[in-house]
Amino acid sequence: MSQTGTPTRSRLNLFQASWVIARRDFVAVLFSRAFLFFLLGPLFPVLVGGLAGSIGKSVSDQAVSVEVGVAMSASDNAAMIAAADVLRPQLGGFLPALREVKEAAGDSNFDARAFLDQRRGNYAAIVTGTLAAPKVIGTQGQVSRWSGPAELIAATAAGASPSQLPRATSEVVTTSAASERTNRIRTAQAAQMVLFLLTMLLGGMVLSNLAEEKGNKIIEILAAALPMDAVFMGKLFAMLGVSFVGIAVWGALGWGFWAIAEDAIVTVTQTNFRELPGPAVGWPMFLVLGIVYFTMAYLLLGSLFLTIGAMASSVREVQTLSMPVTMLQLMVFFLSAANIGQTGTALELSSIAFPLSSPFAMLARAAMEETLWTHALALVWQVIAVFLLVKGGSLLFRKRVMKSGGAGRDKSRKRPRFAA
Amino acid sequence: MAVSDHTSSGNHGTGFTAIPADARPLAIEARGLVKSFDGTRAVDGVDISVPEGAIYGILGPNGAGKTTTLRMLLGIIDPDAGVRRVLGHDRPHDIGRLIGYLPEERGLYPAMKCVEAIAFMGALRGLPLKEGRKRGAELLERHGLGYAADRQIRQLSKGMAQTVQLLGTLVHQPRLVVLDEPFSGLDAINQGKLEVMIRALADDGVTVIFSTHVIHHAERLCEGVAIIAGGKVPYAGSVEAARDRIPAQVRLETRAREGAWLSALPADARRDGDFFQFPLPESGIEPLLRQLIEGEAGILSLSIERAGLHDAFVAIAGEAAARQLEADSTANLGESRT
Repeated sequence: MSQTGTPTRSRLNLFQASWVIARRDFVAVLFSRAFLFFLLGPLFPVLVGGLAGSIGKSVSDQAVSVEVGVAMSASDNAAMIAAADVLRPQLGGFLPALREVKEAAGDSNFDARAFLDQRRGNYAAIVTGTLAAPKVIGTQGQVSRWSGPAELIAATAAGASPSQLPRATSEVVTTSAASERTNRIRTAQAAQMVLFLLTMLLGGMVLSNLAEEKGNKIIEILAAALPMDAVFMGKLFAMLGVSFVGIAVWGALGWGFWAIAEDAIVTVTQTNFRELPGPAVGWPMFLVLGIVYFTMAYLLLGSLFLTIGAMASSVREVQTLSMPVTMLQLMVFFLSAANIGQTGTALELSSIAFPLSSPFAMLARAAMEETLWTHALALVWQVIAVFLLVKGGSLLFRKRVMKSGGAGRDKSRKRPRFAA
Repeated sequence: MAVSDHTSSGNHGTGFTAIPADARPLAIEARGLVKSFDGTRAVDGVDISVPEGAIYGILGPNGAGKTTTLRMLLGIIDPDAGVRRVLGHDRPHDIGRLIGYLPEERGLYPAMKCVEAIAFMGALRGLPLKEGRKRGAELLERHGLGYAADRQIRQLSKGMAQTVQLLGTLVHQPRLVVLDEPFSGLDAINQGKLEVMIRALADDGVTVIFSTHVIHHAERLCEGVAIIAGGKVPYAGSVEAARDRIPAQVRLETRAREGAWLSALPADARRDGDFFQFPLPESGIEPLLRQLIEGEAGILSLSIERAGLHDAFVAIAGEAAARQLEADSTANLGESRT
């Protein structure tokens, strides 16, 4: 007890204080209209991606043709097309789709070169001549690409090549060193992309998080009652909770949709998610690490954005800050994405050491390498970085926004200046 | 350096136990508090001592440094120099549960229900939410706002929202209540209610410190007062002692206009219409009365008026500060009428 009969310590500890703020913010955000937009947020990139993909595919289908025209005699044309059909079951994508050049039919003076120069038709190349001496006309690349298949088809059509190719028996191995590495890189890239999208969605919300308190002058009440780092911590964890609710909702919807329409999804996306390449640490551990690294990435970026947003004096200033903040997120993402597969290089280690890119880089590492102790080490470092960022942010807030100085305490506790 | 005096027994509510102030421990003690903002010194060496259980006013015009002083005492900002101790602690956050604070710029979450807002403010000070809701509902009921318990803050009038915030300040039953300009923006009825609440708190042994630029609030409520102007505190002590610094004023009305009795009046007596006005002579009123009667002045009326806090403020802080204080009060009156 103190000299005035006051308990020596009568305040909420950091955890309790953070909890009070987190609980209020969590409930307030969850029951706000903003949360609905937050839930709808991921639909926009999916919709935009889908639209862009289908438009791109349609343009690509029209622009990048793999049709090769045949402008031989009518019988040779028919023989070539028939031979290609015979070979296709075994050679598939290595063969072009052969189409008879209608403009050449019955025209003994047909000039394929002039035809292509005039940019007529939609052929990658045109095969003229005879079955014994086929001639491929096209750009250098197309000629190189289609000469071999054209010769094979012509030989088959002329009967100079066995129409029945010997069938090789096959034995499938699940992976090889080369394919495993390639697959894991794909997994790492996908995981980083998901992590990036999730943190980017939250960035804007965190940035404007303290704006309400500053606008409503509630910050004064909070600052009088609680240490500012508890306010920062509470706000961060509230948004983390909100994001987990969001992820749970998206996850449940995704799982439900998958359960109902697995075949349709595989057909539309042309990806069988059941056969996604496995990460080095295995799927269960990878998912756990994914959640942990999402938490750390969010806390690291969130504490930085919260501080930046707290410095802003108006909502307009917060909006102005949104663009550089998004750029910063992109840079962090690119830094870690550039190092996928370069395990142990100085660049990869520096992206692990740099706190903001560390979770991204480590998640990629989990896809590529089995070692687990490095994750424990990285997580310790990331937790320290979160603590430092929150502490630094709240200190900066007190100094710059609350204009606080550094005195006030009676430093001579053993020799009190206020004698009873 | 401030003049400190804590010998008064106070002048608030009937239930107040008159303990000599010096015998009580101090709820707030500050020495040499200094605070500058962007090179401008807002508070310049403030000393304040507030006994436990007192109602204490910080009186000064706008911009004098009242809010900055309170914010330093609460630990919202740290001073550039000086020391403070609140309820025996030099880190006010360490005893957050024991303090209630109503800031000058009122702030509540507009979407929150009244009872939730009160409970949340209690939770900030360590009161469990469930208990906060229960007490919040009781407080609202007691103050005639029970019907609004489930209304959102944005649906309330300014005065109602202010009352809700004040109840939130008190819901955790603090031992020290700090109110920054609590009367500002309130109409006369609500000002009266607030005065009653402050007195009731003091009757329960709660220390109340508030800032104001309205002299009569400080005069009516406070046991002690710190007069602040230009960031300095030229006087801190009891209201009684502040008033005693100015001699009582004599106001005399006579039938006769001229006569030998005029020489009996003090040299600094001034004529104000039919009246003479001068400070009460050190020798008292009787010798003067005798001379006036003998001189056949024809006394029509004579009154001795004790100096008010306003006179004390003028004498201590100066005419300029007093004029500003009056201007602030007038502006506040206009604001509360709108």
